[in-house]
Amino acid sequence: MTDLRIDLIKRPEQSKVMAVASPLIAVGLTLVTGLIIFAALGVPPLKGLWVYFIEPLTNAWSLEKLAIKASPLIMIAAGLAVSYRANVWNIGAEGQLTIGALFGSAIPVLFNSWQSPLTIVSMLILGIIGGALWGLIPALLKVKTGANEILTSLMLVYVAQLLLDWLVRGPWRDPHGHNFPMSVAFTDWQKLPVFGTTDIHYGVVLAVLAALALGVLMTKTLTGFEVRVMGTAPRAGAFAGFSPQRMVIFAFLLSGGLAGLAGICEIAGPGEILQPVISPGYGFTAIIVAFLGRLNPVGVIVAGLALAVSYLGGEEAHSAFGISDKAARVFQGLLLFYILACDTLILYRIDISWRRATAQAGGAE
Amino acid sequence: MSPFVEVVLTIITASTPLLLAGVGELVTERSGVLNLGVEGMMVMGAVAGFGAAFVTGSPAIGVIAAILAGTMMAAIFAFLTLKLVSNQVATGLALTLLGLGLSGLIGDNFVGQPGVKLARLAIPGLSDLPIVGPIVFGEDPLVYLSIALTIIVSHVLFSTRAGLVIRAVGDSHASAHALGVSVVQVRTLSVLFGGACAGLAGGYLSLAYTPQWIENMTAGRGWIALALVVFASWRPMRVMVGAYLFGAVGVLGFVAQAVGLGVPAQFLSSLPYIVTVLALVVISKSTRARGSQAPACLGQPFVPDR
Repeated sequence: MTDLRIDLIKRPEQSKVMAVASPLIAVGLTLVTGLIIFAALGVPPLKGLWVYFIEPLTNAWSLEKLAIKASPLIMIAAGLAVSYRANVWNIGAEGQLTIGALFGSAIPVLFNSWQSPLTIVSMLILGIIGGALWGLIPALLKVKTGANEILTSLMLVYVAQLLLDWLVRGPWRDPHGHNFPMSVAFTDWQKLPVFGTTDIHYGVVLAVLAALALGVLMTKTLTGFEVRVMGTAPRAGAFAGFSPQRMVIFAFLLSGGLAGLAGICEIAGPGEILQPVISPGYGFTAIIVAFLGRLNPVGVIVAGLALAVSYLGGEEAHSAFGISDKAARVFQGLLLFYILACDTLILYRIDISWRRATAQAGGAE
Repeated sequence: MSPFVEVVLTIITASTPLLLAGVGELVTERSGVLNLGVEGMMVMGAVAGFGAAFVTGSPAIGVIAAILAGTMMAAIFAFLTLKLVSNQVATGLALTLLGLGLSGLIGDNFVGQPGVKLARLAIPGLSDLPIVGPIVFGEDPLVYLSIALTIIVSHVLFSTRAGLVIRAVGDSHASAHALGVSVVQVRTLSVLFGGACAGLAGGYLSLAYTPQWIENMTAGRGWIALALVVFASWRPMRVMVGAYLFGAVGVLGFVAQAVGLGVPAQFLSSLPYIVTVLALVVISKSTRARGSQAPACLGQPFVPDR
């Protein structure tokens, strides 16, 4: 009887090579798994991969769509990256996105005739406020009572979505909308301006700017240092006078505010109308983006584009082969698994061996 | 059947998946592992249970498939967190995201198909008694199983050597290791047990609660089960109390809707989530004063040194 043994041998220090290689290996493994999934679905595997992951990058029109899809992911994930670095687990970005969209939409819905450049600016600001406030709830509960922020922030996603559902079916429904659950359509200054003749709106720029700004925050400022210390050595941080409570509040306000901004940008950009469902799970996919981007706000830009490809590829594969568009979420989930597995290589060397099981092997069989 | 009996039966059916998933996760956490992937394991159990029962026509095979699906998901989690020592929080989230995606893909062809319902017990004479009959003697088999399971888990954890080992590993993995206990092995088994229970809970949803397949049909119940374990201070019998309370809250929302209280349906649907948050707040506040009841090594990675 032989026994497969996997032993982890701690590296003397973190592997810099693996820190970069790990996400690449993870993407590679996801693609290989993609071949198997396509074969299982009865699609020629290589053609499937091409349509899924390469074709979205081959023409100008789809590159525009890529930027538009990537921008909410980048915006949310940049904030989450900082939050996770601080060891604060906000997983309710989807809810903060929803409330941000709600707050921002209040202007076109309630003050429909107001048209001025200030309209869209106030919408964006309200979006940030809404997301930040929704994020503040789990943060305050954590600080005041110690309630686990993972569970409370997640529960609030459902509450936010039901609130949106109620508004667009009830008080905020367009009275001339033939009873469809929709708000009035946004017009002119209630929408984000676009660049030239493209569909690329200013939200895309905001996303990149936000990520870059957080990159500077993390590397060049005391706050960034505080985040990193509180994440890796909270006791040391406490001795340095950093407050864990303040860090929880900061992380949630920041990541919630950005998720809220992403929400209103999605409605004032491509959406143009408030509906019961406003996001294909951007708030959850952004968690994967944050990890693929190494919890580094700048890395998140690249990772956001990569995950946006999976959304677009999902649509392409749906129309080309009739594969369910749900395949995209399978790829996204697999990718996160592979990243986490490969990240082991940063801290450990893996020693795989086949050896004879002996009585001393301690019950290995 | 009187409306009262109907409501009680519905509460029991709504609570059973929470109880099953909660008790499973409790054992996992007692061994020191935090598996946030309950929702993912549960939804895979739901789709596998529905699919297997739909293809074979046998709800029993559906139940077995649901257990297997949950266990397999848990095995992935165990391999990553225990063998490769990946971050438990992130890996649990990954498990949920993958489960929701994969179940959607697998279940695409099941949408709108008629389900196979797990039959309720019918004991001649007993099940026909008024009120007591349907409630005590007329449930489906999994209701009895979930209650028995909770009692067994409670007994094993606190009155047997195996339970002592599980708790030792969860409270101090270094000491357990020094005493010659294989921490990784104990944790792997505990995680697999949690997965089996979560899978069964999912199967219960698609075979007994609402015998059909709807995408994301777990609707956060996996997360509520996680909250339940905290709420119960990691004690099985309290999980049972909590599960029935939470189940009742959800059902009473629907009852209020049916009676016509004039409250928006969405508000009533959000009650279980709001109540979960409130329950977490109350319990966290009180444990803060008394000290945490959580297993001391919960969520901490363990790499055996050789």
